[in-house]
Amino acid sequence: MASLISCPHCGVRPKEEFSIRGDATPVRPAPMASDEAWNDYVHVRANPRGRIREHWQHVAGCRRWLVVERDNFTHDVFSVTDAAAGRGGAQ
Amino acid sequence: MRYSALSIFKQALAGNLGWTPAWREPQPKPHYDVIIVGGGGHGLATAYYLAREFGIRNVAVVEKGYLGSGNVGRNTTIVRSNYMLPGNEPFYEFSLKLWEGLERELNYNVMLSQRGIISLYHNDGQRDHYVRRGNAMMMEGVAAEQLDRETLKKMLPFLNFDHARFPIIGGLLQRRAGTARHDAVAWGFARGADRLGVDLIQNCEVTGIRREDGIVTGVETTKGFIGCNRLALAAAGNTSRVGEMAGLKLPIESHVLQAFVTEGLKPCIDHVITYGAGHFYISQSDKGGLVFGAEIDGYSSYAQRGNLATAEHVMEEGVTMIPGLSRVRVLRAWGGVMDMSMDGSPIIDRTPIDNLYLNCGWCYGGFKATPASGFCFAHLIAKGESHHVARALRLDRFERGFPIDEAGAGTQPNLH
Repeated sequence: MASLISCPHCGVRPKEEFSIRGDATPVRPAPMASDEAWNDYVHVRANPRGRIREHWQHVAGCRRWLVVERDNFTHDVFSVTDAAAGRGGAQ
Repeated sequence: MRYSALSIFKQALAGNLGWTPAWREPQPKPHYDVIIVGGGGHGLATAYYLAREFGIRNVAVVEKGYLGSGNVGRNTTIVRSNYMLPGNEPFYEFSLKLWEGLERELNYNVMLSQRGIISLYHNDGQRDHYVRRGNAMMMEGVAAEQLDRETLKKMLPFLNFDHARFPIIGGLLQRRAGTARHDAVAWGFARGADRLGVDLIQNCEVTGIRREDGIVTGVETTKGFIGCNRLALAAAGNTSRVGEMAGLKLPIESHVLQAFVTEGLKPCIDHVITYGAGHFYISQSDKGGLVFGAEIDGYSSYAQRGNLATAEHVMEEGVTMIPGLSRVRVLRAWGGVMDMSMDGSPIIDRTPIDNLYLNCGWCYGGFKATPASGFCFAHLIAKGESHHVARALRLDRFERGFPIDEAGAGTQPNLH
């Protein structure tokens, strides 16, 4: 994994300042959505090898939730955006 | 060739020229009764028990690399059955019992060393938890002992008993736990399966799963199409990739776990010791190196290498528990790709596809489970129903609301 992460608010910071929540792909279903939709959201993961999007929090910095796009095989980091900036996963 | 002290003696006199390969290197046949994807510990054990216990010998194991090239060769070799939950404990105890007879069973020295595992605790709440865990073990007929601080001080004088934040107040001991030679386990099962007629096909990557009318008819591989009646997946680390070929949606995320070994020392750590204030575990190999590890790195990864920050954290934990470790040099570090399930427990089950069977989600506890995983998976494939100790390890337990969450961490794969 890259040692330096470019936070959109704080600039380039060491990776250890961030905590990683996990896959940003599942989107929270409506409260009364079907059991299948909730099971998919809570339990099922596509778990691709390659380019993925993850939710990270800059806990030792701006404390914003971020979406980090990276490769989980080569460890390249492609982009870091604020989770609220786009419809980046959990709303 | 049967291995014995006499065979070593005779071969030594004959210049060691008479040893034969431990297994054949066959070309795949067009069709098998059962194909097992994954030539690691669990796949090889499954093949062995299918042939040995259930009489199904027209079996192939297909492996993309060499046998035992995955996590069976990348772990910290700990064998134990000190689990708490009813869905887990009987399964791991069954595994430990198989371990205890494994060398005789396989005619192979897996170097099982039942040196005992001591799980330390550091506060009253943890003590209560470990008493509960010990009681849960005894409810399943597994011996567990509570060690108080004075006993521990005599047994393990090198521990940091008076750490300001994490003083050691006691430990839970399972005497029958220990370590085994990890590669030998894979080799022993491979040799055993081969001798019973199982084809072990190496350097043969599965690239697709062929289905007709919803039923699996075989696998596409780099060595061509191989047909089968039943297909069994034991490809931990890459379960999601293989499962995707059959359209399976799985509660699995791949994570990297690191392990470390130090330079060789004289015998100093006689047990497996785990740290209660972190997740550190350590034992000493027969060569003298201290083998240790801790948590997963905490992010999705298919790379068999980890992060330096985690390495530093692991070693900080180790030095907090055993200050003397600070003077020891680390020789090697390695990473393995773990199938992290959503509750930290494994899956041995059928799938929505009738003749496709699944063995996955071992998180980082798969090594100790190797014999029971193979036995129960073979039972499932041969008889179509779960072995009684593996009944809780179902694929649909998540949607039904029956997770087996030993750590109580919820559906966060990076927290188990």
